[in-house]
Amino acid sequence: MEMGSGPALSFRGVSMVFPDGTHALQETTFDVSPGEFVTVVGPSGCGKSTLLKIASGLHQPTTGKVVVDRKKLGYVFQDATLLQWRSVQRNVELLAELEGMPKGERAKRATDAIRTVGLAGFEAKYPKQLSGGMKMRASLARTLVLEPDVFLFDEPFGAVDEITRERLNDEVISLFQQRRFAGLFITHSIAEAVFLSTKVLVMSARPGKLVASYDVPFAYPRSPELRFDPEFARLSGEISHSLRGAHV
Amino acid sequence: MTSAPVVVDGTGAGLDAAAQIEDQLIAATKQRGRRLGDYVGPLLVFVLFIVLWEYMHRDGIQRWLGRKPSVLPSPVTIIDQSLFNKIFRDQLITGLGWTCLVAFVGLGITIVIGMALAIVMAQKAWVERSLYPYLVALQATPVLAIVPIIYTVFGGGLGARIYVCIMIAIFPIVTNTLFGLTSADASQHDLFTLRHASTWTRMRKLQFPNAMPAIFTGFRISAGLSVVGAVVGEQFFREGAKPGLGVAIDQFRTRLQRPPMYGAIIVACLLGIVVFFVFGLLSRLVVGHWYESQRS
Repeated sequence: MEMGSGPALSFRGVSMVFPDGTHALQETTFDVSPGEFVTVVGPSGCGKSTLLKIASGLHQPTTGKVVVDRKKLGYVFQDATLLQWRSVQRNVELLAELEGMPKGERAKRATDAIRTVGLAGFEAKYPKQLSGGMKMRASLARTLVLEPDVFLFDEPFGAVDEITRERLNDEVISLFQQRRFAGLFITHSIAEAVFLSTKVLVMSARPGKLVASYDVPFAYPRSPELRFDPEFARLSGEISHSLRGAHV
Repeated sequence: MTSAPVVVDGTGAGLDAAAQIEDQLIAATKQRGRRLGDYVGPLLVFVLFIVLWEYMHRDGIQRWLGRKPSVLPSPVTIIDQSLFNKIFRDQLITGLGWTCLVAFVGLGITIVIGMALAIVMAQKAWVERSLYPYLVALQATPVLAIVPIIYTVFGGGLGARIYVCIMIAIFPIVTNTLFGLTSADASQHDLFTLRHASTWTRMRKLQFPNAMPAIFTGFRISAGLSVVGAVVGEQFFREGAKPGLGVAIDQFRTRLQRPPMYGAIIVACLLGIVVFFVFGLLSRLVVGHWYESQRS
């Protein structure tokens, strides 16, 4: 496996046909390097999430392969998927616990991660006592505990309101700046894609295929005002146009 | 005669619904706080029920059904004879003791066997599919029809009563536990898969805790049914002079001692209600702090 400057995550000619005949992905090839934040946008049901399932090893591709170090891989799901019977603290510790990390170490990491995502003071709360946005923060913290080099995000903020989503985007940006991981983010919001990423990939309707790639030139840190920048609007327009073409 | 038409539908559907309704009522009460009406309504219905009963005793039973008033004694007579007649009272207390013994031993065994079955069935779909029909068959078999078989196998004493108890109470434990164990989110399972969790870890840290609310619902329904099972069992299997409430009901009936007969029925009924609510309370104590009832 490549070390150092090579891509952290690499899709090579990946196709996916499900047993029921659904052709989800077709000949998909792209890399994500450390310090790169790649977002895939596409119509719903185009196989975007399948990309992450394959990257993480939850699904095996029909053809092609994925190169990634799965030990250093973090996966943020569409729902917060917190365990209802565990407090925030114990939820955030979960993955470290499953990895067999000693108690003291994982408690310390969890406390740090909880502080990082702005949930300090809520350690003892249960999921049912949290808002949707706070649950997503807890879910982020849980993934952070293992300090992943590759971060997969599966439309994580699709279910929260616009303002919460923008705040969570700021959170992701600041995490990305601190850690410089390789990020692969799935969304159907173009604004979210442009705001977060160094590169936006457009995927066609099923069978999903990459049809366009856009480099996003804005420097980090990115402030919320970026969303009103004319250049931001122009790029979003272009992606939107390409996406509409991909729908046909 | 032992062929008294005891209702042994055994599906537990009634208690199942009761458990759900109770959960909903409690959730609703929590949301808007307690009100005076919460107590007045039930109390009013209780008073109406007693009044109707008294009316039926004095006039209704003769007028509408053509039976003698002694067939349905007045509530006052029932309470008087059951609580203040020493012989009857002692009989009811002894009966309650025996019935509790059978019901609790039966429930204990039911919980162990039922949960073990559910855990086995939760492992693989084909195991579940293979075992489920037999569970349904057990559920669909009327106790009355297999009384002779039970007698041959377990004799006519406590063993047979406990068997009836298990047979009637086991279904809800298995189905609820099974439902709980298999109802964790697919993405929660993914979380464990990604960290290569073993079957045992997955069971212990995901499926089992996730199943707790459902398991308690099963406990609650089965606890109520185990009392039903105990009383039914006592009416069929009377060897060894262990006079539970079921035996008492039948003895009072044959001796035409109607007030304590109703007393025994009421005590059996109250026992069922008490265990049902105790398990409800237990459930709220154990999972109430995290469990969010689906309906809001």
